[in-house]
Amino acid sequence: MGAAAEALKDFKGFSMKNLPREEPLSPGHRACQGCAEILSLRLALKAIGKNVIVASATGCMEIVTTPYPQTAWRVPWIHVAFENAAAVISGVEAAYKAMTRKGKMEKKDVVFVAYGGDGGTADIGLQALSGALERGHNFVYLCLDNEAYMNTGIQRSSATPYGAMTTTSPPGKKSIGQATWKKNVPAIAAAHDIPYVATASPAYPIDLMNKAKKASLVPGPAYVHIFCACPTGWRHDSSIAIEVARMAVATNVFPLYEVIDGQWKLSRKNPKPKPVKEYLKLQRRFRHLTDAEIAKIQQRVNKEWKTLLARCGELEELEKFGEIEQNL
Amino acid sequence: MARRVGMEVSIAAAETVALLDVDVVAAYPITPQTHIVEHLSELVADGQLDAEFVPVESEHSAMSVCVGAAAAGARTFTSTSSQGYALMVEICYIASSLRLPIVMALANRSMSAPISIWNDHADMMLARDTGWIQTVAENGQEVVDLIMHAYRVAEDHRVLLPVIVNLDGFILTHMIEPIQLPTKEEVQAYVPPYKPLLRLDPDNPVTIGPVGVPEVYTEAKKAQDEAIKNAKPVILEAWDEFEKIFGRKYKPIETYKAEDAEIILVTVGSISETAMRAVDRMRAHGKRVGLARIRLFRPFPVEEFVDAVRGAKLIGVVERALGFNGYTGPLCAELKSVLFDNGLNPYVWNFIAGLGGRDVTVEDFEEMAECLEVKANKNEPMGYEIVNARE
Repeated sequence: MGAAAEALKDFKGFSMKNLPREEPLSPGHRACQGCAEILSLRLALKAIGKNVIVASATGCMEIVTTPYPQTAWRVPWIHVAFENAAAVISGVEAAYKAMTRKGKMEKKDVVFVAYGGDGGTADIGLQALSGALERGHNFVYLCLDNEAYMNTGIQRSSATPYGAMTTTSPPGKKSIGQATWKKNVPAIAAAHDIPYVATASPAYPIDLMNKAKKASLVPGPAYVHIFCACPTGWRHDSSIAIEVARMAVATNVFPLYEVIDGQWKLSRKNPKPKPVKEYLKLQRRFRHLTDAEIAKIQQRVNKEWKTLLARCGELEELEKFGEIEQNL
Repeated sequence: MARRVGMEVSIAAAETVALLDVDVVAAYPITPQTHIVEHLSELVADGQLDAEFVPVESEHSAMSVCVGAAAAGARTFTSTSSQGYALMVEICYIASSLRLPIVMALANRSMSAPISIWNDHADMMLARDTGWIQTVAENGQEVVDLIMHAYRVAEDHRVLLPVIVNLDGFILTHMIEPIQLPTKEEVQAYVPPYKPLLRLDPDNPVTIGPVGVPEVYTEAKKAQDEAIKNAKPVILEAWDEFEKIFGRKYKPIETYKAEDAEIILVTVGSISETAMRAVDRMRAHGKRVGLARIRLFRPFPVEEFVDAVRGAKLIGVVERALGFNGYTGPLCAELKSVLFDNGLNPYVWNFIAGLGGRDVTVEDFEEMAECLEVKANKNEPMGYEIVNARE
């Protein structure tokens, strides 16, 4: 049994009956209506508990929770800059390690958490994240992925999906919108051979909380990539953020899985995937896409799903998917 | 009793940091800072220093780790040079704004391009406006002493600001010098254990680094400005205390034969020792030359500088950096402003010398003093020149 599996063997998981009551991130913040990012962050922190120190990257979650002199944080929280949340939490963790060892501080069971958006993770913060993962600090990194730089006004990032309209990937006579495919950061994190990597969605809140908790229980670095629907940036009604997030899973656009001790494990099988069009049509950021472009996206999603099934050793699922793939 | 040793200055700097019992060292290699952090990692590896050595992937992360560690209440250290400093400078502004007492040894090196690993003060000037306290060493002993002084000042609750100790790359970092290395007891008597005012602790949650909306940003910056102004008496007090324990005296502006000088050369860093030789030679020929050496660069010791140069008719500011503003070097611009504010009107000429490791010799200083006299006699408009530059 690997170190992560060993650390998780007694974890029973949350259910609707045993949800933690504590709210490390309090209500009264200033996020947009229907923001799935703040919801995801809240759920993750509820799961991890109040013995936590949080380092924030610059972004929506930093701005909406801390307009001085107000703060929505009931746990210690630090924001330094955009690209360095993983490095800052490395420093906090190193300080606790050194000072408890030296008797300058009593030993406490503290969970060290850093979070950033997709820009702060996949783009500007990728180096600091990779460094922290490689050095093996005992921390949890939450990537709150809403697929563009929402805080600065919906500019494209390397995690923006192909075809999406953003303010710096506008569709036009010579552009279909975002011209590149979404960067696969969970796979990059997993390539660091860390104990725990997972993808999660606020549409599956118990699964999300379980994954955040597991990330906090394993020794060493853990990475959780959370799909955070953004009504403001994705151009959909604020009442359907969870529906959009659920549809991303149903269409295999954003599959849920874990990588524990290097073993890939599918969280949800999807025997009857919906066509990606069902997901795309909910959002105005994709409304300019032609059927030909949608077909291209479907092909890509199929390919990535098959790669994932193979990685997870789901050979039966892979075979079944091969039979229905053409119908999508 | 202090130990008198022959030691490379970088090694002595690292030994001093170890005597200070730092908790977290985060650093990334860049010449000529490397020996300092190499030796610290050796001390950690051998168990002589109980600290976390965080071998980060960039200087940006080095400073970020120091910020996180200091916010958690740890005593931290880092060291860098030149491009490395430039990469971390974003976070340096934040370290001072968050009032974190981080100490950095800046092994001064020129800025690219062309890439040059050799010594000048471009990085010191880059640090100029970051809100860090900055002191400057002229030799190895001063590096040791100023590192101790840095922690004492930085962690004082009346200050709580980060400190840079500047030491010239190669000329100091790679030189073996006779050094009085203090004992642990002496160091601890001078620098008490760090007691953070606030720190990241789940038992007492604080929010560090919130958003500063226009209604509060100005006040936050005003408070920071007050902090660095108020640091000056603590810096001086710490030097007085240092003298009592170690017997060596430090002043924000050091002078050499300046009391009756008509010509004063202003220097920064290790070239000051060469300049002293030149002053002796010129004095032997009857020229009334003296030196004013910048020991404390931030906050700038205005009164002490004015007192040091008050009697001089001619001032030559020798600095190892360009300002690219078309009229003067960065230090000289600042000194002229100080002179103007204080009603002094000497003839000032700015010599840019020693860029990218170019030697500045005793003869160079003699020529500068002579050049200064000639220009003043001809009443040439004040300005600057790059010394010994080929066409």
